[in-house]
Amino acid sequence: MKLIRNVLVLLLSCAAPALAAPDGAKLFAQNCAACHGENGTGGIGVPLSLPSFQATVDDHYLVRTIRLGRPGRVMPAFTQFKDDEVAAIVQHLRSWYHGKIPHYDNKPVRGNAQHGAALFAKNCAACHGQQAEGGHGTGVTLSRPRDLPIMAPSLHNAGFLAAASDAMIKHTLVTGRDGTPMVAFSKKGLKDQDLNDIVAFLRSLEQKSPAPSATVLSTDAAILAMDSPYDLKTTIENVRKAVSSNNFVLIREQALNSGLVADDKEDQTQHIIYFCNFGLLNKALATDPRVGLFLPCRITVVERGGKVRMLAVNPKRLSRIFNNAELNEMCDQVTKMYTAIMEEASL
Amino acid sequence: MKFSRQLMIALALLCCAGQPAHADEMLIVRSAQNFEDAMSTLQAAIKDQGYKVTKVQRVDVGLEAKGYKTDRYRVVFYGKPGEVEALAAQHPDLVPYLPLSVAIFAEEGNTILTTARPNLLKQFYPDPALKPVFERWEKDLEKIFDTVRETK
Repeated sequence: MKLIRNVLVLLLSCAAPALAAPDGAKLFAQNCAACHGENGTGGIGVPLSLPSFQATVDDHYLVRTIRLGRPGRVMPAFTQFKDDEVAAIVQHLRSWYHGKIPHYDNKPVRGNAQHGAALFAKNCAACHGQQAEGGHGTGVTLSRPRDLPIMAPSLHNAGFLAAASDAMIKHTLVTGRDGTPMVAFSKKGLKDQDLNDIVAFLRSLEQKSPAPSATVLSTDAAILAMDSPYDLKTTIENVRKAVSSNNFVLIREQALNSGLVADDKEDQTQHIIYFCNFGLLNKALATDPRVGLFLPCRITVVERGGKVRMLAVNPKRLSRIFNNAELNEMCDQVTKMYTAIMEEASL
Repeated sequence: MKFSRQLMIALALLCCAGQPAHADEMLIVRSAQNFEDAMSTLQAAIKDQGYKVTKVQRVDVGLEAKGYKTDRYRVVFYGKPGEVEALAAQHPDLVPYLPLSVAIFAEEGNTILTTARPNLLKQFYPDPALKPVFERWEKDLEKIFDTVRETK
């Protein structure tokens, strides 16, 4: 009897949240608002509440975008959501829009992709890039003027092409998007068949191998480590010199446990050297303001059992968590710089 | 009696399984507060979870001193006294990721906070002894970020 009562109590306590419909507003606030803004006005991400955006995308596009993300373009794939949670988020997005929600069929648009490529180069590439790779820089804070509501999307991105139907792409070309630099191409003298050709060109990009803008660096090592043949003091001095000769500026040095213990209790055998290349930092922040988790650049020199070792995070390994292909080159560059500094310090 | 206990545990797990998991590897949150207020909220939330702020790196100040234009951008370092030293002693390879940090920057009237999820470290350091540490950090960090997000 007691067992049955306990089971019932437990079932009832679990049933309430399980049966409740997902709260789209809450899910959006927790998972999307950081990039898209609390009210969908945009930021690092697309301004989802922009009426002209809502008027040109169907729910299928929104669902697929949430599910697939944009490989290499910051927007992650939210595979952990249940279908009703994704639907609740979409419903929340639509609460900002009171116009007619479009519905598109999946019928392919027939056109001449070659002619479409020429039209794209002439009419679209200035914003979307020669290879349809999209605008550069995802950091609304630092990389572009804040009065620009949107960054030109990457149209060759596998996530975009899988989410957008031909009909949706064509409709966007016809109407443009008010409040963004995307103009209505129907008003620019392009004929219906021209628009079909551009759609055919964009669809043809699906057959090509992943573009550099959608690549993720791969490496297994989470840290960079190198033994030093010198004692702790000499190694620290060598790292300082190597930092300077590799075009970095020393910022500060501290014990690993500095700030956690009294000054006289700090462990001087774990010594962090912070440094910066401000030009590179400025470039990195313009590309993606989230890079702060790398900052400042540092190498820790550790003495343990008479052996001295230099350690640093591996930016190349961490680059994948940003899902931003524009950062790949910089992460690779910093990994090489860390390695060069350690090698020089151990010469 | 043993059966009833197992049944209760199984049912509890069944109920918990419906909670959404986080697949992404980065935590990012927007605060409706301005930068100064969000920074205060963040530091108070860090302390509330039993950590100590060890340093605030003023990235924006450094950039501006070199002639670059930037909005407010800081990195807050934090850790638990005793824990950082103990982990560094037992797991020296973890040192590059210590102490923990959160990047905080202004976006117009709002503020954005971002960091790598501590659970990401499970991939880097598969030692079972570290798993509960990373999971605790993850839980604490989620509470810290929730506090910042919910404080108006």
